[in-house]
Amino acid sequence: MGHLSELHARCTDQYIEKFNRSRVIVGLGTCGIAAGGDKVMAAIQHEAASKNMHIDIDFTSCIGICFREPTVEISLPGFAGVIYGDMTPDKVPYLLESHIINRHPVEEWAVMQISEGSTALYENITKMNDYPFYSKQVRTVTSRLGRTNPESLTDYVATDGYKALEKALSMQQLDIIEEIKKSGLRGRGGGGFPTGMKWGFVYQAVGAKKYVVCNADEGDPGAFMDRSVLEGDPHSVLEGMAICGYAVGADEGYIFVRAEYPLAIKRLQTAIAQAEKYGLLGNNILDTGFNFKIKIKAGAGAFVCGEETALLTSIEGNRGMPRVRPPFPANQGLWGKPTNLNNVETYVNVPFIINRGSDWYTSMGTEESKGSKVFCLTGKINNTGLAEVPMGISLRDIIYSVGGGIQNGKRFKAVQIGGPSGGCIREEDLDLPVDYDSLTAAGAMMGSGGLVVMDETTCMVDVAKFFLSFTQTESCGKCTPCREGTKRMLEILNRLCSGAGRMEDLDTLERLGRVVKNTALCGLGQTCPNPILSTILYYRDEYLAHIQDKRCPAGACSALLVYQIDPDKCKGCSKCAKNCPAGAITGGKKKPYFIDVDKCIKCGACLPGCQFEAIYNDAAPHRNNCRPATRRTA
Amino acid sequence: MATIQDIILSFRDKPGGIIEAYHAVQKAYNYLPEETIAVAAETFGVSEAQAFGVATFYSYLSVAKRGKYVIRMCESAPCHIAGAEALIKAFETALRIKAGETTADGKFTLELTECVGQCQGTPVITINSVPYVNMNPEQVPAVLALCQ
Ligand SMILES: Cc1cc2nc3c(=O)[nH]c(=O)nc-3n(C[C@H](O)[C@H](O)[C@H](O)COP(=O)(O)O)c2cc1C
Ligand code: FES
Repeated sequence: MGHLSELHARCTDQYIEKFNRSRVIVGLGTCGIAAGGDKVMAAIQHEAASKNMHIDIDFTSCIGICFREPTVEISLPGFAGVIYGDMTPDKVPYLLESHIINRHPVEEWAVMQISEGSTALYENITKMNDYPFYSKQVRTVTSRLGRTNPESLTDYVATDGYKALEKALSMQQLDIIEEIKKSGLRGRGGGGFPTGMKWGFVYQAVGAKKYVVCNADEGDPGAFMDRSVLEGDPHSVLEGMAICGYAVGADEGYIFVRAEYPLAIKRLQTAIAQAEKYGLLGNNILDTGFNFKIKIKAGAGAFVCGEETALLTSIEGNRGMPRVRPPFPANQGLWGKPTNLNNVETYVNVPFIINRGSDWYTSMGTEESKGSKVFCLTGKINNTGLAEVPMGISLRDIIYSVGGGIQNGKRFKAVQIGGPSGGCIREEDLDLPVDYDSLTAAGAMMGSGGLVVMDETTCMVDVAKFFLSFTQTESCGKCTPCREGTKRMLEILNRLCSGAGRMEDLDTLERLGRVVKNTALCGLGQTCPNPILSTILYYRDEYLAHIQDKRCPAGACSALLVYQIDPDKCKGCSKCAKNCPAGAITGGKKKPYFIDVDKCIKCGACLPGCQFEAIYNDAAPHRNNCRPATRRTA
Repeated sequence: MATIQDIILSFRDKPGGIIEAYHAVQKAYNYLPEETIAVAAETFGVSEAQAFGVATFYSYLSVAKRGKYVIRMCESAPCHIAGAEALIKAFETALRIKAGETTADGKFTLELTECVGQCQGTPVITINSVPYVNMNPEQVPAVLALCQ
């Protein structure tokens, strides 16, 4: 098999050669493009052409610091690459002139520097490992993100790409499965099922035709890890799938990508074409006689298709409705054939495990959860983006060290982990280690990796309502507990948030939640009550305030806001009364005005107009904090 | 423009190709015109009821005529806590239609969507699948002006 080593040598030469030139690299994941990265790219091309600069202009995907996008990296031969954040087209001329022509990096705009090999570091720029966002991260699954061009086979092969496939093809199928078992790798799609064991089932399943399927239907609100990996390192997904195909005895693979990810689909298509061209996919891979083809199927907008049986039936061209298991896909999957189905991140771990060995992998993580996990940091957190951390790290470390704490100096309230299937974790539990079992024990779940951080202005009843509204919309309607249960629970939550809640509603919610959990057909229904149950458990006071006092302590439920005017601050200017579309505000010249709560439609039109800051509500609290003793009782 | 018949026929030999065929028709016509269902049913050997069932099961596919610009506004929890509600209202006010409706001139359709996987920049909308992130109500006129 001289084939790969030849290709590897050629790619490595080309790759190293790039570092002998001045390079400007723009982060063009969809997140970078949406932040304006494409305009920055155009400005760079224009500037380089008009100044006749001899530089390489390239692109990469998102390195994870979405909160600093668009990002641009500049590297001079022999020097570390400097990553600049918050780039705009108008900064480009100065940036190129200073860093490339005058060889002075622009320190004020620099986020960090990355030294490849033995390149020289700059004095006043933070090194990547010292940059707080990265200091507690490990980069395995995400190691190529933001470092290589995702549309370049050269970059992939030069960074050890397809080496694991070559190695695997020289191994016995069962030895590969054994190695994955020993690594302790568990499915990253949410459930955490041991990957090696699943592969073993598919290997043992009877049948000449088998399939390998990659679940890239990522749909949990707050999750974009799989998108980032597909956009940033598509070949690694293909390589993981091919290794799996060889190990379980499949010759055909499908990647099911949600239609909302067109760039991921495009980069996967490019990668597949390249791999086929170089004999890394297709027939007789690396001259070993192993055949493996990969096809892409785009989803069409149905969250439930993330569930494995629904996904498979959707690939077959049907409505994506789950079915009862068993039979499991390992025995009866796509078109009735034995099928191995894993998540994107699960497959991407595989080449690393094969290359570096299961011992290396088990050195990271906890007793039952090995390796690393990619998380998306979203919500009221300073550093929104993508972070890969070792299993077992505490949520506090993720939120405060990696995530940089809460936006605008507000107080942390809760973090929702596991999306609509997960639960909320309170301040008190932030020291929990992140592993499958601890999170489940705390009423949440690992889920796919979305972390939605909430601060004191977030209402937990409202959040539960929005997660439930999600599952209610996405319920496929096949089983009654989920179809009817989500609807009834949502009705109750809507009632609470509009001030019509009744005391018995809490019991009903808990009872309904338990019934749906125990009786729904698939994971969507079985887990959908979790956000409600965990918020009732931890934030019961907030539910009670909505029900008994008709009050939303966080000031988020607009129907429950009570607008009032502080008579001491009101100068009687009458502006608020003029702004009020409901005629709810009355008063006389130079006398304090008054809001009739029964007429008030809570539109908030009065609030911004008051130059004396005399109008307040729960969301814009009274400055002196001396609320009148009597609150409205409904 | 290729006829619906031609588009769908080109997927005839693909296993499970009906959804891909629908995607392709929608790409060309912006929605699935009525004849799509009958042609797809015939091509893929399923009943019209089943072909219609598939077309209406998926939120990305539309059997109703839509505007030239389809604006999808994310209302999932992360976007919600970042202020999606005010943004949705701002679009509805600016276009004088409600979510789910199309402007009389056929230019804009407003739709609500669940998470589109761009939660690094909440709240998020997409216009013909292109995401716009970190939106706020004041940006609405400028964003609409981009659609010409
Ligand atoms: C409603 C629902 C949605 C799901 N969505 C996804 C998803 O988007 N991505 C994913 O990998 N797994 C998802 N899963 C889990 C899959 O059913 C399946 O367990 C997983 O893809 C297996 O891969 P793994 O073992 O590598 O995790 C979902 C499950 C349910 C019940
Ligand atoms: S929640 Fe709106 S894009 Fe994810």
